[in-house]
Amino acid sequence: MTLLQDTRTVTQDSDFTLYGSSFRSRLMLGTSQYPSPAILADAARASGAEILTVSLRRESARLKEGQDFWRLIRDIGARVLPNTAGCYSVKEAVTTAQMAREVFSTPWVKLEVIGEADTLQPDVFGLVEAARILSADGFEVFPYTTEDLVVAERLLEAGCKVLMPWGAPIGSGKGLNNVFGLRALRAHFPEIPLIVDAGVGLPSHAAAAMELGYDGVLLNTAIAKAGDPAAMARAFGQAIEAGRAAFLAGPMQPRDMAAPSTPVVGRAVLT
Amino acid sequence: MKVHVNGQEQEVDAQTLAAALSALDYGEAKVATALNGEFVPARLREATPVRDGDRIEILAPRQGG
Repeated sequence: MTLLQDTRTVTQDSDFTLYGSSFRSRLMLGTSQYPSPAILADAARASGAEILTVSLRRESARLKEGQDFWRLIRDIGARVLPNTAGCYSVKEAVTTAQMAREVFSTPWVKLEVIGEADTLQPDVFGLVEAARILSADGFEVFPYTTEDLVVAERLLEAGCKVLMPWGAPIGSGKGLNNVFGLRALRAHFPEIPLIVDAGVGLPSHAAAAMELGYDGVLLNTAIAKAGDPAAMARAFGQAIEAGRAAFLAGPMQPRDMAAPSTPVVGRAVLT
Repeated sequence: MKVHVNGQEQEVDAQTLAAALSALDYGEAKVATALNGEFVPARLREATPVRDGDRIEILAPRQGG
């Protein structure tokens, strides 16, 4: 960060690096709830996302739906981030992660240990325990967490090198419910990649996260449920780029009272 | 013998998890397996016995957020 004047700062851009891999796009995209596989593929390409989240579910021997889905994802060509969505215990999450590592051939896991069904908020106690088990077993854990600073510290101690606090409950589209908390998290962990995961409903929400200095945004429903998912994916991609550029450029400090932008000196007296 | 495959009771004539997958017609499908709640890596399926009443989970890639 370079200090130009009293209150002016600019920040040098840095790579979006997650566990040693660098990416151009700071948008991470979920693959669920699209109207069709073709629309998912169009939206994924339009978003510019280089990382797609996926899951594991029961496979029918007759339908083999998972095999078709996997071909589609491979054709898109993005890196996959398997999740442990729907797991309510450490045991379920760890076992799901182990199964995902084999199927997807990746040490990456978006670790979800859900604590409450209505809000889908993380069970942060189970999350830390599962993160410790998985990190010790060679996983590269992306924990879906809250903005709680102490939990964040525990997750880093457990071996996580990325944190993914929620903006709002999954699928709610509410945006950033606790801007103060997210800002505090950013300030506490300036060197840790932070990704807002969940609750983002509009490109402006994603831009706001990036303006706070977040490294990336992970979203799904806001694009999948849009009238035109590919167009919305493009809008999100642009918003995330704009938010990042704004953060780097050094936003002005807000103030309570008005301050004239047109010079006061030289104003004519016309009374 | 009867086993529970993805929550459904099924009759399977197989001694091992690998044989059960084959008998259930999964062929070369890209799946991960668990037996009675424990992950069984693909390389261990041949050596993993299946017994009457066992619970087998067979999972594959799917959409996720």
